[in-house]
Amino acid sequence: MSSLARPFLDVRSSDEMMEQYDILIVGAGHGGAQAAAALRKAKFTGSIALLGDEPDFPYERPPLSKEYLSGDKPLDRLLIHPPAFWAKSEVAMLLGRRVTKVEPHEHRVSCADGTVIGYAHLIWATGGSPRRLVCSGHDLVGVHTVRTRADADRMRAELASTTRAVVIGGGYIGLEAAAVLAKAGKHVTVLEALDRVLARVAGEPLSRFYEAEHRAHGVDIRLGVAVECLEERSGRVCGVRLVGGEVLACDIAVVGIGIVPAVEPLLVAGARGGNGVEVDARCHTSLPDIFAIGDCALHVSAYADDAMIRLESVQNATDQAAVVAKVLTGTSAVYDSMPWFWSNQYDLKLQTIGLSIGYDDLVVRGRPAERSFSIVYLKGRKVVALDCVNATRDFVQGKRLVTERIIADRSMLADTTIPLKEMKNAPSSYHV
Amino acid sequence: MPRLVVTMREGGQRQIDAGGGLSVMEAIRESTDELLALCGGGCSCATCHVYVGEAFASRLPTMSGDENELLDSSLHRRPSSRLSCQIPFTPALDGLGVTIAPED
Repeated sequence: MSSLARPFLDVRSSDEMMEQYDILIVGAGHGGAQAAAALRKAKFTGSIALLGDEPDFPYERPPLSKEYLSGDKPLDRLLIHPPAFWAKSEVAMLLGRRVTKVEPHEHRVSCADGTVIGYAHLIWATGGSPRRLVCSGHDLVGVHTVRTRADADRMRAELASTTRAVVIGGGYIGLEAAAVLAKAGKHVTVLEALDRVLARVAGEPLSRFYEAEHRAHGVDIRLGVAVECLEERSGRVCGVRLVGGEVLACDIAVVGIGIVPAVEPLLVAGARGGNGVEVDARCHTSLPDIFAIGDCALHVSAYADDAMIRLESVQNATDQAAVVAKVLTGTSAVYDSMPWFWSNQYDLKLQTIGLSIGYDDLVVRGRPAERSFSIVYLKGRKVVALDCVNATRDFVQGKRLVTERIIADRSMLADTTIPLKEMKNAPSSYHV
Repeated sequence: MPRLVVTMREGGQRQIDAGGGLSVMEAIRESTDELLALCGGGCSCATCHVYVGEAFASRLPTMSGDENELLDSSLHRRPSSRLSCQIPFTPALDGLGVTIAPED
């Protein structure tokens, strides 16, 4: 067993009364929780603390815009592990605390409540906070974001008195929230600034498919629109005014326009980064003894042609957490996992493999009208990603095509009678 | 409360009493982190893969097409393989024994 599996012995601290831990994990979402669990699984016997700014034990985030929002699953079924598990694993849970300052050379953090915590190694897993509108009315009662359990509870509490909802943002969060609200019988309007929904993450056939599906469920989708301001009556939002003058009456507004990575204390401390904090292949930041994982971690991805990206997914948080646990217990590891993602709206199960960023060609496999199909994204004729709707077989079999950067015959890719697992490099292809 | 007997990857066994409408996956992750259960039980991955003891195999709900496809993604699939998130752990399954499949 590597010596790193034993507790670190040189936690520097000038104050014997200060809390200190061998490993302090800041952020109690998927990344933080999996880092703590993975460390114990790797037989790390030092002290571990998991700190989060919410009062809840770590819980699954995707259901916040799906089955938790709809009321189909209670919080206790969403906990990644119950409190007793963390206690038995001897992970100190520091809930309801927020780190405001990091001092890397002193190996300590300061919290909003005035406390100071020392560490030998820090894992920053804070994710981000929901991007807010900045226009007039952005902070009215009835304007909701979907990032935490408390956000979802606030929205749920208003649903009984909601007839009309405006969802601002046509990304996955906005569309998932729209689907839940539409199924709950609300009149829903989705506002998207670009010319199609999911424009930043998917190809046009997927965008148009989801647009049609939402319209078929009575959702009004408005593309290419901009919000001027939110209108107020009796202290609450009562409408969304678009640039151009139209006002959409609403009882609630749901804002799903992305996140701002919560990395300010690291950047202030001198970490390299900007839109997130930069990490290397071992998820190490440019600061000594500080790792970062999950939604906030900017990393070079071979799946994005070596661009530096952030991936906002459970897979990314979990797999980066696993890398850090290995590195901290003496096993060499780099983060090179295949990105994958899922989204559930109505009875549509979307599963994606790889990253379609920068694709230059796509092949539709199957017929969207049949509500089971896939889109294969190509770059330089190589398969780089798949979006699969109600097409789990393609999701499973497509992974190898992405791993091997297969140059498959386009007409074969489009032929649903040929399983993807039979695809090989087309005879006329060559690649290094 | 119905009892689940889980055999861990390294061979140890654990008895878990679990009620209240949980799936087998949810019951297991209350007690151990050996199951990753990455997609939270939505039948979108294969990280909650278990082998089901023969005595109970026929008492489980029929495997869906999606579950079958996802199990095919595992290098460790056996005839007794199931995704534990697809098995509601009901009183009728009291005494169910599962073994956690090797990690892919």
